[in-house]
Amino acid sequence: MRGELAQAVPAMAAPAAHARTGAEASSGIRFEDVTVAYDDVVVLESLTLSVKPGEIVALIGPSGSGKTTALRAVAGFVRPRRGTISIGARDVTNVAPYARNIGMVVQNYALFPHMRAEENVAFGLRARGAPADVVRERVPECLRMVGMAGYAKRYPRELSGGQQQRVAIARALAIKPQVLLLDEPLSALDAQIRRSMLDELAGLHRELPSLTVLYVTHDQTEALTLADHIGIMRDGKLVAFGDAQSLYRYPPNRFSAEFLGRANLLPVCEVASTTGGMARVRFGPDALIARNHHGLPDGGECLLCVRPHELRLSPADAIGNMLSGIVRGVQWQGDMQNVELDVGGHVLRLACAPMHAPPHPGAALTVHFSASEATLVPEQSLRG
Amino acid sequence: MADLALALPGQGSSGSRSMWVLPPLLILAALFFFPLALIVRQALGGDGAVPSLHHFFEVLGSRMFIDGLRNTLVIALTATAGCLALGFVLSVFIAFTPFPGASIIARLIDTFIALPTFLVALSFTFIYGSAGMLNESLMALMHRDLPPVDFLYSQWGVILSEITVYTPFVLRPLLAAFSLIEPAQLEVASSLGARPLRIVSRIILPAALPALVAGGSLCLLLTVNEFGIVLFIGAKDVITLPLLIYDKAIQQFDYTTACVIAVVNVALSLALYSLYRFVVAYFGGRRAGLV
Repeated sequence: MRGELAQAVPAMAAPAAHARTGAEASSGIRFEDVTVAYDDVVVLESLTLSVKPGEIVALIGPSGSGKTTALRAVAGFVRPRRGTISIGARDVTNVAPYARNIGMVVQNYALFPHMRAEENVAFGLRARGAPADVVRERVPECLRMVGMAGYAKRYPRELSGGQQQRVAIARALAIKPQVLLLDEPLSALDAQIRRSMLDELAGLHRELPSLTVLYVTHDQTEALTLADHIGIMRDGKLVAFGDAQSLYRYPPNRFSAEFLGRANLLPVCEVASTTGGMARVRFGPDALIARNHHGLPDGGECLLCVRPHELRLSPADAIGNMLSGIVRGVQWQGDMQNVELDVGGHVLRLACAPMHAPPHPGAALTVHFSASEATLVPEQSLRG
Repeated sequence: MADLALALPGQGSSGSRSMWVLPPLLILAALFFFPLALIVRQALGGDGAVPSLHHFFEVLGSRMFIDGLRNTLVIALTATAGCLALGFVLSVFIAFTPFPGASIIARLIDTFIALPTFLVALSFTFIYGSAGMLNESLMALMHRDLPPVDFLYSQWGVILSEITVYTPFVLRPLLAAFSLIEPAQLEVASSLGARPLRIVSRIILPAALPALVAGGSLCLLLTVNEFGIVLFIGAKDVITLPLLIYDKAIQQFDYTTACVIAVVNVALSLALYSLYRFVVAYFGGRRAGLV
C-alpha cells in the first residue's frame, strides 16, 4: 500500500537550488477594509488582514463565509467595492490579474488538458516572455521540486489527482510568484493522498521559506498543520485571527471554538478571577476552574471550552475539575473511543484511547480535566 | 414496457431478426437509392443506351463545369472560413464576456437555423441592394446618383449571405464546447501572466478545435449544396454546381448533363460528409478529453 501510494504520488523532492526556485521577492499581502459585494449582497465585509512575508495564513470557514472571495480578490478576479489590497508595497486593487505576479492553485487543478505536464509548467514563463533557455532550465527544476520529473511528457488525463495537483503547484511556482494562493488545493484528493500532500506542502514551504502563502480551506486539519496564522471567517466577516496554537487553545468566540477542532462548550456563570490568569466559574452545582485568557469580567456569564481529548475518566481519588453525567453513547473509531455524556442536560464529548471495557449507555460516569486545558470563551464576541 | 417491446424482436431466430432490417431498407430504396440510381443511369447514357462514361468526360472537361466547380468551391470555402471566424469571435464574446442578455442573443442567432436560407438573401436586398437602405442613405448623404455600395449581386453577396445563414452551425457547437472549459483554467492562466489574447489563442482555441472542425465541415457540406441563396441573389456570372444542375435540367431540359453534374455534386457531398463524420469520431472518440 505504501508502495502504491509512493508510486501514485511521488514525494516532493527538495531541490538543491531552492533559493532560485523560491519567490522572487518576499512580499506580504495586506487587506485594508476590503468589502466585496455582488449587487446588493455583501460577500466579504470590511476585511482587514495582513499576511507577513514568508508566512502561511490559512483562511477557514464554512461554505459562503467569504474565504474564497478574499483569495479571489487578491488574485484580481473580484473587484472590491471598498478598501485596498496590497502585495508587498504595491497597491494591486485595480491591477489586472495577469500583472499581479501571483501563483494560484485551485481545487480541481485546472491544468490545461491539451498540454503535457511540462507545457503546463512552462505556460506562465512563456506568457511572461521568458527566454527559451530559462524555460528549458526552470521547467524540469520545478517538476523535480514536486517529484514529477518523470511525468513531464504526460497529459493531465494520464495523471492521478495527486500528480495533477503537483503539476499545478509546479506551474504556480515556476513564475517565481510574489505570493502563492492556494484555494482548497487538497479538497479533491482522497484522504490518504491528502495527508501525504499536506506533509509535502509543509516540506515545500520549509524549502521555500520566503514564499508567502494564502491558503483557503474548510479543513481545520490542513489549517492547523500548515498555517502560521489562521483566520476564521463566517458570513463574509473575519471572526477570529491569530496564530494557530493560540486560536485552538483559546478560541475567542463560540464559532471559532466549534469550527477549529471539536469543542465542548458549557454555559457557566459567576466568573471570579483568581491568580495566574485563571478564574473560578460555576456550572450548575459544580465549581470549576479554567483559564481566563480573554480577561472576562467577574460576575458575568460565558462558555467554558474544553476539548474532548482533554477530558479524562476520573479515578476514585481524582481532584480538581470534575463533571458527572450519564453515558448516552459510545463509539469506537479504531484508534479512538468517543463517549457522549449527558451532564446536567448538556452534551459532553470525551475522546480517549480505545478502552478494553467501555462504559455502557445509561451508566454513570465522572470525568475530570485540568484547569489549564480549559478556557473561558465569551458567548457573544465576534472577533477576538 | 418500451424496453420489452424493443426486446421482443430479439426473441426469435437470427433469420427472423434479420427480417426487421427489410422495411427501413425498402423505404430507403424507394425514397433515396432508386432516384439516385435513376440519376446515375441517366448520367451514364439514359434509357436504352449502353452505359458509357462519354458524357462524364464531356461534361467534366467543359468550361461551364470547371467554372461551376470553381465557383462552388471558392464560395463554399470562403463562406466556411467566414462562418468559422465570425462564429468563433461571437461565441467567445457570448461565452466569456458576461453581459446581460447573452443567452438571448445566442438564441436569436440560433433562430437563423430555422429560417429558409433565401430569406436572408431577400433581407439583404432591402439593406445592401441597389435601392436598399444603405445605398439610399449613402446616395442622399453623398449626393450621388448611383449606388456606391455594389457587392450584393456578386460572389461576395452570396458569400456574405451564406456566412449569415450558416454561422449558427458553427456557433452552436462552439458554445457547447466552451461550456465545458473550466473557468478556473482561464483564471489560472491569467494569474500566470497570460493576457486575454494569449488565453484565447493558447487555451480557448485548442479547446474549441473539435467544435470548429466539426462545425466547419458541416458548413462546408451545406454551402457546397446551397441553392436558394445563389438563385435569389442572382449574382452575375456566379454559377455554382447546384445552380448549373437547375439550369441544365429545368431551363435547358438537358437531363443527361444535369445528372452528370448531380453525380459529381453527390460525390462531393458524400466526401465532405465522410470528412465530417471522421472528424466527429476522431475528436469524440479516441482523442476525447485531449482537447
